[in-house]
Amino acid sequence: MVGRPFVVRSKRQDTADTWTLELSAPGSESGLTFAPGQFTMLAAGGTGEVPISISGDPSNSSMLVHTVRSVGLATAAICGAEPGQALAVRGPFGRAWPVERLEGLDVVACAGGIGLAPLRPAILALLARRERYGRLVLLYGARTPDQLLFADDLANWSAQGFEVHTTVDSSGPEWLGHVGVITRLIGRAGIAKGHFGAMLCGPEIMMRVTAGALADEGVEDELLYVSAERNMQCGIGHCGHCQLGPTLVCRDGPVYSWAALRRWLEVREL
Amino acid sequence: MRRLEQVLAEIPTFSGLEDSQLKLIAGCGQNTRVGAGALLLREGEAADTFYLIRRGRIALEVHAPGAGALRIETLGADEVVGWSWLFAPYRWQLDARALEPCSLVAFDAACLRGKAEEDHELGYQLMVRFAANLVERLQATRFQLLDVYGNARATL
Amino acid sequence: MSPPGSQVLAREDFDSLFEALALRGYTVVGPTIRDRAIVYDEIRSADDLPAGWTDEQDGGHYRLLARDDDALFGYNVGPQSWKAYQLPAERRLWRARLEPDGSVGEIIEDAVPPSRHAFLGVRSCELAAMGILDRVLLGGSHPDPAERARRDGVLVIAVQCGQAGGTCFCSSMGTGPTAGAGFDLALTEVLDSDRGHYFVVDCGSDTGAEILADLPLVAAAKVQQDAARAAHARAAAQMGRELDTSDLRDLLYRNLENPRWDEVAERCLTCGNCTMVCPTCFCTTVEDVTDLQGEHVERHMSWDSCFTIDYSHIAGGSVRSSARSRYRQWMTHKLATWIDQFGSSGCVGCGRCITWCPVGIDITEEARAIRASEGGAGAPS
Repeated sequence: MVGRPFVVRSKRQDTADTWTLELSAPGSESGLTFAPGQFTMLAAGGTGEVPISISGDPSNSSMLVHTVRSVGLATAAICGAEPGQALAVRGPFGRAWPVERLEGLDVVACAGGIGLAPLRPAILALLARRERYGRLVLLYGARTPDQLLFADDLANWSAQGFEVHTTVDSSGPEWLGHVGVITRLIGRAGIAKGHFGAMLCGPEIMMRVTAGALADEGVEDELLYVSAERNMQCGIGHCGHCQLGPTLVCRDGPVYSWAALRRWLEVREL
Repeated sequence: MRRLEQVLAEIPTFSGLEDSQLKLIAGCGQNTRVGAGALLLREGEAADTFYLIRRGRIALEVHAPGAGALRIETLGADEVVGWSWLFAPYRWQLDARALEPCSLVAFDAACLRGKAEEDHELGYQLMVRFAANLVERLQATRFQLLDVYGNARATL
Repeated sequence: MSPPGSQVLAREDFDSLFEALALRGYTVVGPTIRDRAIVYDEIRSADDLPAGWTDEQDGGHYRLLARDDDALFGYNVGPQSWKAYQLPAERRLWRARLEPDGSVGEIIEDAVPPSRHAFLGVRSCELAAMGILDRVLLGGSHPDPAERARRDGVLVIAVQCGQAGGTCFCSSMGTGPTAGAGFDLALTEVLDSDRGHYFVVDCGSDTGAEILADLPLVAAAKVQQDAARAAHARAAAQMGRELDTSDLRDLLYRNLENPRWDEVAERCLTCGNCTMVCPTCFCTTVEDVTDLQGEHVERHMSWDSCFTIDYSHIAGGSVRSSARSRYRQWMTHKLATWIDQFGSSGCVGCGRCITWCPVGIDITEEARAIRASEGGAGAPS
């Protein structure tokens, strides 16, 4: 339960309440070796640890990258950290996105809000082995245009062979893209016409509704993966808080197949 | 250049209709094009003409003082723009604006309402299709209302 | 290792056990009376044991009653378990300075020295519970070195139950009443009008054998061994409760929306007593605490309970806000999901949760009601 110090090297504000931090171990150029979808327990100063997904490139181990949304005391302290400050890191923990299992298929990544951050390493991993996949599609929904993350990445990924569809819940007149919920993108992206595996990340309602809509378009439950969230405190399967039915999210997730998890997410207040 | 009823037959909304019914509907419609920025529907105006998008995108908007135009949904190919023509008082509730050059089928609402009155079987078929469309859009709207990406709401 | 039950220690020689343990530097922890209950605390001699006392237990009921003999171990289990020695109720993990820029300075972990405790009076259900906790804390991908340190060096002297309590159901859970392994020494107390008051001793390890070598033991006569076995059988026949564990996991998985949960929720206070007294509940919470100047930070770990409203908190609120969902979580974890998570049931049938529930909710009764609601065997309560 002791974190290792990682020093903030650079910091970028993405939206009004979201920052991306790049960290590395003190006196070195090393980040963390991790698999896409894994998270660390991150703490700034004395404000306590929170589980944050790693949002960096899994093939680049020189920097640990975290995209953090400031929603409470601990995340505010992390987002307020300046270059030179050391944060405490434990991890990486958790099961990863099944990028190998989905080889040979078309892949659709569905990201809702900050959910694009945990998917980013998987998207980069898919692009690194582009030839092993069929169509690559990203459906990304955010609240408003100013809450969209990683605009430069979206453009790059589009150029590298990802079909990128973005939508917002509402917008002003400057936005010329789609407006409406993410499920409305599924038909437009022609998901029914491929043989798709899927990776979903976002608020639980969004994942449930999107999984259902993808299933309607023929995506099989065994090829559909979601990233679940529960109250993770220790990250190592000891504290009990992250239980989701018969699983511990820190150990058996956060990535689950929909086939395995669906039954438990359908029970209210489980 | 295909006949309009052949075009309509391929639209998912109209699939399953008989040829005679498609012909009746086509009789109320004609192809048209609009440029980017064109305002197709204006809030409060009589719902005389509604549209089927063949190509292009339309945004549904609400105008609010101080906020300009708030975009709440965008529609694309094979989608119908406007339902208020089906139900009294036959007035548009929203603005609809073309985001890019669009190819549309414009339907005379009064014409189609008249035909639906005369031929109840046609009327029933239209109702079933638009109801299905409405349910799907209602679900999506409800989901949108939850504002799931918002800050610290009870969204589980 | 000597053959089972082959030696006898007379009651008047019982303190020689304490002497042998003290000689080897052990601190003996065992049952003693405090606040009108039998708790586990440091004890020095047989005088500290609850001689002549027994406990009367039922749903929401615990009383100490005088026995008509001087048995040293003539009771079952009290509100505490040995859990506090494996997993302390509260401890500091580390402390560190906080730099002005918010960085955490060098972290000084609190050392956990290997234990020199001798546990005297561990019941079979408690042995099982210790094994279950070991599986949770040591058997995963991140074994806790502090717990390892606490377990190594503990000397376990089991006491085989000679009677079962009003809320006991270890027989149903396959965890007792007689322990076969997991101890260094095991004692069966016999009070016999003919041959007096003695203990039949089983040895379970080399460490135990070494202790025995210092005690004035005599070879057990067959009639003494029979008396010990009779005591075991008596306990097995007296179980106050019963739990049908057949297909129990899937039974509960099928019944997550059973109306019985609403019914129990009307009674449950979500006080969490059951989680505190349960010998296998292991949930903990971690808190970082700074001093007022913001110059030092400490990380503390303490017991937590799934009955608290914050337990399942995520952005937006708690997943389990209703009492119904929290009771369901506790019971299905104990009897069902624990099996999928850790490979065994989480319940050892000690009955503490029944005894110490202020409103007497009975886990065996709840399970029976759910099973009955499927139209199977067992009368609804």
